[in-house]
Amino acid sequence: MSAKPSKANDKTFRRPGPMLTLVRSFCRSWSARACLAVMSVIVLAAVFAPWIAPQNPYDLAQISMLDAMLPPGSRSMSGMIYWLGTDGQGRDLLSAIIYGLGISLEVGVLTAIFAGIVGITLGLLAAYRGGWVDAAIMRLVDLQFSFPAILVALMLLAFMGKGIGNVVVALVVVEWATYARTARAAALVERSKEYIEAAICLAIPVHRIVYRHLLPNCLPSLIVIATIQIGRAIALEATLSFLGIGVPVTEPSLGLLISNGSNYMLAGKLWVSFWPGVALLVTVVTINLIGDRLRDVLNPRSL
Amino acid sequence: MHTAPAAARLVPVLTVEDLTTVFPTPRGLVKAVDGLSFSVGAGRVMGLVGESGSGKSVTGYSIMGLVEPPGHIAGGRILFAGRDLVRQSRTEMRSLRGRAIAMIFQDPAMTLNPVLRISTQMVEAIRAHEKIPRAEAWKRSRDALGLVGIPSPDERMSAYPHEFSGGMRQRVAIAIALLHRPSLIIADEPTTALDVTIQSQILARMQLLMKQYDMAMIWISHDLSVVSRLCDDIAVMYAGRLVETGLADRVIAHPRHPYTRGLIDSLPSRARRGERLRQIEGMMPEPLDLPEGCVFSNRCPRADAACRANPVMSVSTYGAWQWRCVHPLNEGPVHGHS
Amino acid sequence: MLGWLIRRVLQAALLVLATTVIVFIGLHFVGNPIDILVSPQADSVERLRLTKALGLDLPLWRQYLRFLDGVAAGDFGISFVYGQPALRLILERMPATFELAGAAMVIAVGFGIPLGLYAGLRPESPASRLVMGASLFGFSLPAFWVGLMLIFCFAVRLGWLPSSGRGATVSILGVRWSFLTLDGLRHLILPALNLALFEISLVIRLTRAGVREVLPQTFVLFAHAKGLSDTRVIFVHVLKNILIPVITVVGMEFGSLIAFAVVTESVFAWPGMGKLIIDSINLLDRPVIVAYLACMVVIFILINLIVDILYMVLDPRVRK
Repeated sequence: MSAKPSKANDKTFRRPGPMLTLVRSFCRSWSARACLAVMSVIVLAAVFAPWIAPQNPYDLAQISMLDAMLPPGSRSMSGMIYWLGTDGQGRDLLSAIIYGLGISLEVGVLTAIFAGIVGITLGLLAAYRGGWVDAAIMRLVDLQFSFPAILVALMLLAFMGKGIGNVVVALVVVEWATYARTARAAALVERSKEYIEAAICLAIPVHRIVYRHLLPNCLPSLIVIATIQIGRAIALEATLSFLGIGVPVTEPSLGLLISNGSNYMLAGKLWVSFWPGVALLVTVVTINLIGDRLRDVLNPRSL
Repeated sequence: MHTAPAAARLVPVLTVEDLTTVFPTPRGLVKAVDGLSFSVGAGRVMGLVGESGSGKSVTGYSIMGLVEPPGHIAGGRILFAGRDLVRQSRTEMRSLRGRAIAMIFQDPAMTLNPVLRISTQMVEAIRAHEKIPRAEAWKRSRDALGLVGIPSPDERMSAYPHEFSGGMRQRVAIAIALLHRPSLIIADEPTTALDVTIQSQILARMQLLMKQYDMAMIWISHDLSVVSRLCDDIAVMYAGRLVETGLADRVIAHPRHPYTRGLIDSLPSRARRGERLRQIEGMMPEPLDLPEGCVFSNRCPRADAACRANPVMSVSTYGAWQWRCVHPLNEGPVHGHS
Repeated sequence: MLGWLIRRVLQAALLVLATTVIVFIGLHFVGNPIDILVSPQADSVERLRLTKALGLDLPLWRQYLRFLDGVAAGDFGISFVYGQPALRLILERMPATFELAGAAMVIAVGFGIPLGLYAGLRPESPASRLVMGASLFGFSLPAFWVGLMLIFCFAVRLGWLPSSGRGATVSILGVRWSFLTLDGLRHLILPALNLALFEISLVIRLTRAGVREVLPQTFVLFAHAKGLSDTRVIFVHVLKNILIPVITVVGMEFGSLIAFAVVTESVFAWPGMGKLIIDSINLLDRPVIVAYLACMVVIFILINLIVDILYMVLDPRVRK
């Protein structure tokens, strides 16, 4: 009885790195593990789309108009099975969804990276400088928050036109403020702590204090925000593409696939917009659940 | 009033017998109150004393039938006006609350609903028990405000709680508690959050009203200096159990239980000016991890193997004075007891 | 109170002015204003004439004053597609959007508050867990896709409700309303429900969080100690405290509903200004886009102002 605890102690004494600790506590709940598994499948499928998808839906040589609007489970002329059916151009819907996922994820991740860079830089600047710099940046954040995301993105795209790049730019404009506010709040909490004072007293250069001390300590809250914001960006991109002002027809994301299918739906053919929607739903819900779980695990105080 | 024979004044309004209140937690069943017995005589003030977490507030809530679920009373009896409150239905308890037994709380800033006018909160308290016209209830409420010493009560009736100072808010709460002339008031540290001067004003007012209406009161507090001024009787609780009870001035003058002694010694007093303040060593044990035997044994300077051996079940009795200790202090004749 | 109100209105006016600067800069720096303000079909002679006519050869600050002058007069130019003043087109369609957003808000509050109250009072019950799980879905569901699914279920398969348009309307004070006729109401149900989806989830979560926060407060205990009935404690003492933040947030959300109506109106072909703006973006009808943007800014600032005043009226602690 007394020998066992000491053995367990030996294990815990070998301190795991912070990332490993994070992964471990994250995986403690079975639903979190399930989410992580689903997310891995989605990401892997999207990244390796050309090798995984049954056909390349944008290679005209591989698709045939004769196969248009086949219901799920149908067999093609060449004997391939369309598990989720085909769309109006005879494309395999499963392949189109796998390719579309890639575009949706790409937009989400690019937005998170750029909005993160812009937002975190401005947020840390506001927290570190204070005074009028802080006031100006936070006024801008307030202005951003007083208008809904869809409206801002809509107006920007109305002037800039379609395109993946333009969608990312619009989404960055929509999302940077969240990062800025979170980074600033977390940095202000850290800034008031003694080790920052000590660092300032030691005349450590500003950029070093910000990047070596402030940023790492703000990271937990920023990771949570980034996860949730990726989900938001994907949903928003889908909405914009559905409205026909997001990605161009040559690069159909999930939203555009749903939009294409909506015309056939009134004729009772549901699958063309149903399955891309399910894919979108699963992706966004999974990301949100991971974000929720991360929030619980990291427990950032400033949220 | 003072001509009534002493025995009549000792007829209990409330008798608590072997009360046990428990809270189920993921780690086990917490006995917040464990086998507590005491009684409150008519017109008397009983001081219920202990550190935070000793179960004194839960005792108050148990009497009121307001224990927060999933917590509940697991055993014992609470006898009041010939009834066992533990066995009353929800409706019966509701009709007793506020009418026959009233309760006031610690923080006057939080006791009154911030978004309702004082008049609303008073009138509803009257009309919950008496079906009288609103106008009449309003008049009675206003008079009650005057009674607790709130200036220009007519105007203050339509005010919101945030427009009152802390002391005034507590007076409003007392006025609400007194609306139905209850025979018992449970006061859960009602003056702790107030300034010392305001505190004595309110204490004086409470004492006056108690005498005037012949009400009994349970004064829950950790502040022994207030208890010694105000209370006739005292009951000291530790970790959910009663450790000592008796007449307040005698217990405070010659405590038998080392815990009571510790509480008294930790009071800053003029007599020991310049001396170091004494404190009770250690912390109250975790409710799920109580020591074997006497619950105080892990902090008690007099504890020995006998204390830890078996639970101190038998309560040593000396008349109305009871303590639960293997090695009580001040053994020998008790001064002034006849 | 009056001083605060004046200050608040001045602030709102300043915000409108700031937004005109942003829109002006947007028009002039994001693209060539000629491209934005002139029909793309115009030839080079026409473009040169318009450059002069629009004053695009003037210094920037004078251009801004001209722009401001036009905005103040409600002149955003003529729609290329409809050949009518852009602002009039927007204003004509505004009531339909307001009706949709209003109906969605009624649904959100009507379902959200009771469900949130239940989930807050009985947090451990299976029904509450179901409600909270559903509300998480409400946040994550792509609204436009849910709209399509609603159409498929109730219009295509079951045939119970129409899938598009406003249906029969009744005109009151020159404005047409759908909700006053049975046919109009049938047309309104699906789009309003679709638009309300996110909002219901939000109200449920807000209400539940409010209940969880208010219940342990001493004043609730004191209300019980006074011998009040459970109904009175919940519906007067608890609810009144929760309603203040809920109404404030829901009021603010009305603006989001109007903006998000763009999606719902596109799905259900609801003839409001959201449908108009999507059509205009696809047809590059820029005067309408600018007029829409201006209207939205004014709507948002007005909503903010109204909600602030409402908050003052509701919460006695901030009054005076």
